[in-house]
Amino acid sequence: MASLAETTPSAEALDAFRLEAREWIAANFPPSLKGVDLSRSALEAPSDKSPDREAWRIAMGDKGWGTPTWPTRYGGGGLSAEEARVLQQELARAGASNPIGGMGVMMFGPTLLEFGSEEQKMAHIPAICRAEVRWCQGYSEPNAGSDLANLQCFAEDKGDHYIVNGQKTWTSGGQWADKCFALVRTDKSKKQGGISFLLIDMHAPGVEVKPIKMISGLSPFCETFFTNVQVPKTDRVGDEGQGWTIGKRLLQHERTNISGGNRMGGGVSLSELAKACVGTDAEGRIADGELRARVARLEMDGRAFAATAMRVAQEGGVSVASSILKINGTKLMQERSELLIDILGMQGLGWEGEGFTDEQIEAVRVWLFGKATTIYGGSTEIQTNIVAKRILGMPDMG
Amino acid sequence: MAKLSDEQEMLRDMAQNWVRGESPVGAWRKQRDADTAAGYDQAVYAEMASMGWTGITIAESYGGSDFGWMSLGLVVEECAKTLTASPLIACAIAARAIALGGSAEQQQKYLPAIASGELVATLAVDEGPRHDPTQIATSVTDGKLTGTKAFVAEGDSAGLFVVAAKDGLYLVEDGAGVTKSRRHMVDHRSHAEVRFDGAAADKLTGGGDALLDRILDHARILTAAEMLGMSQQAFDQTLEYLKQRVQFDRILASFQALQHRMADLFGDIEMTRSAVEAGLGALDSMGDNGDLGQIAAIAKARANDSLHRMSREMIQLHGGIGMTDEFDAGFYLKRARPLEAAWGNSSFLRDRFARLGSY
Repeated sequence: MASLAETTPSAEALDAFRLEAREWIAANFPPSLKGVDLSRSALEAPSDKSPDREAWRIAMGDKGWGTPTWPTRYGGGGLSAEEARVLQQELARAGASNPIGGMGVMMFGPTLLEFGSEEQKMAHIPAICRAEVRWCQGYSEPNAGSDLANLQCFAEDKGDHYIVNGQKTWTSGGQWADKCFALVRTDKSKKQGGISFLLIDMHAPGVEVKPIKMISGLSPFCETFFTNVQVPKTDRVGDEGQGWTIGKRLLQHERTNISGGNRMGGGVSLSELAKACVGTDAEGRIADGELRARVARLEMDGRAFAATAMRVAQEGGVSVASSILKINGTKLMQERSELLIDILGMQGLGWEGEGFTDEQIEAVRVWLFGKATTIYGGSTEIQTNIVAKRILGMPDMG
Repeated sequence: MAKLSDEQEMLRDMAQNWVRGESPVGAWRKQRDADTAAGYDQAVYAEMASMGWTGITIAESYGGSDFGWMSLGLVVEECAKTLTASPLIACAIAARAIALGGSAEQQQKYLPAIASGELVATLAVDEGPRHDPTQIATSVTDGKLTGTKAFVAEGDSAGLFVVAAKDGLYLVEDGAGVTKSRRHMVDHRSHAEVRFDGAAADKLTGGGDALLDRILDHARILTAAEMLGMSQQAFDQTLEYLKQRVQFDRILASFQALQHRMADLFGDIEMTRSAVEAGLGALDSMGDNGDLGQIAAIAKARANDSLHRMSREMIQLHGGIGMTDEFDAGFYLKRARPLEAAWGNSSFLRDRFARLGSY
């Protein structure tokens, strides 16, 4: 988001800003939320309306600091990249997590700021900055997964509005969403060129959502059915037929987010866990030598990955390099989950109930759910095609 | 690529131009065929010195430019692309040991000569075929050093050795009590056995107990930069080849099986680049921070694994021509393995990383 920053502040100005941020957080952050991760609930659970959470969401939303680098005219914080980094540090220092999140912030907002009309930005961005509206993504269909441009959900032209009919699937958080940014077909004669980008009200008549139960036992994804849903043309982003271009740009934001560069270092220490579970030798090393080497390799690669994510960010945010980050980030996350289960042995394979701690059950669910990360947001195979074609310039067969 | 200053970009462009114009792989081929003990062309090293490269990490007061490790890394990477042979890395490492552990007199005596390129200095640690700085029998009695060092990089041309003995690092000049024996190795570079029989030795008394570890970490990171350059070149050249070679009426680059292999190698080398740049950056920014050991282990282990894989894939993806001496692929493979073994192979480095992490 550095490109949206308006000014580069001096060191003195940054120090002053740090003080301002620190005081504001002290005055507004409810102590009961210290250390609570609020970012995941915006994606994987219904909105939590308890008083402290609401107060923190409203305070951050009013201030615009949940979306710190977005322009103030749309409700963002208007901060420079440097100031946003300082804010991030101060939030972390206070144990405060950003309550403004979800797909509106991570994917849709940045895309609308780039491609939307002034009216659309004024209509949608402020509500994203205040986390008042939850967005979901209507991209995949039963026959349009990796081959996304094969999507068939059809928007029929009715003058000042469209009538949308069709089915979307893998709609993350669809059961809790207020709005959907969707790729629909407006022209059946062209594949990519016949796709448009529509904003659909999830509460409109004709929208039906059915959660899908996954191997993890959770239902974070839904099937979404549109039956004669009316969508005003003012809710189309960009021109008719421009949906593929806009939709792909949004996917780059998605990939950067899924790669989870900042989450790799987090969580339980595998080496500590391994020492506790399999014991240590006389020199204090993990007793199982092969396991020890696997832990070391993963931790080393994790740090090389984190350095790569930082390098990509320094080199200029979202780009084709997002594909490399997604491929490697998801692979490492899955390796980590597999290793965690392995270290715990049978104790790491509990489904529910007696004999297992919450953390152990969580590890199993994360391990299972994590298998989705190399499939969604463009599978590893699709990302690999993108690297070969766009970065390396290797041609299609022909 | 890390964010570089304008001066660093100029340095890199200068190195790139010089390497392409004056020191292509063909120059290495001639050097290889000449088969000298030193393993490099002294005139070429003098030219590198005249461009200031031999003093990049040496203080200005001793005739260097104090331009930093990231800057030296850029030069090393460019030189590695065409396998330009020189004692640039060995000298920078030895000079660092003297700068960190030496007295003002020792620094004054040797650093200007290393910075100007007149003196070749090198680090002599290992006494066997596998890197193991804990197994050192070399000892010093009354200023006389005795012991045998194995596979000393640039040992054949060195005029000064920084020698690891049981009780620390010593400076030993080539001369009485020093016997060098050439070892013909697969990379045709210098890896001499050096025997010291009561050679006059001058101790590096500064730098603390961890001096050897710190110097080795410098060596690991700089060697990783050389290996990164080789990996990058091997990759670029292979990609180029796949784009022009036609089989079954198609260019090879259009086959998805090969596209995915190359994409995978690309991602692997990019991750290694991040690790190596993080290492060079760490040498510039903190130097003596305790985390240097882990950062260096990551950089060298990744460089080992990436170059190992890329040097094999370069041959495989070129097919039969990659097997011929006339073609360059073999040079990369044959240089890769001695570098992998130097200052720790990947299992050594993972063990070290784990130890430093207390597991």
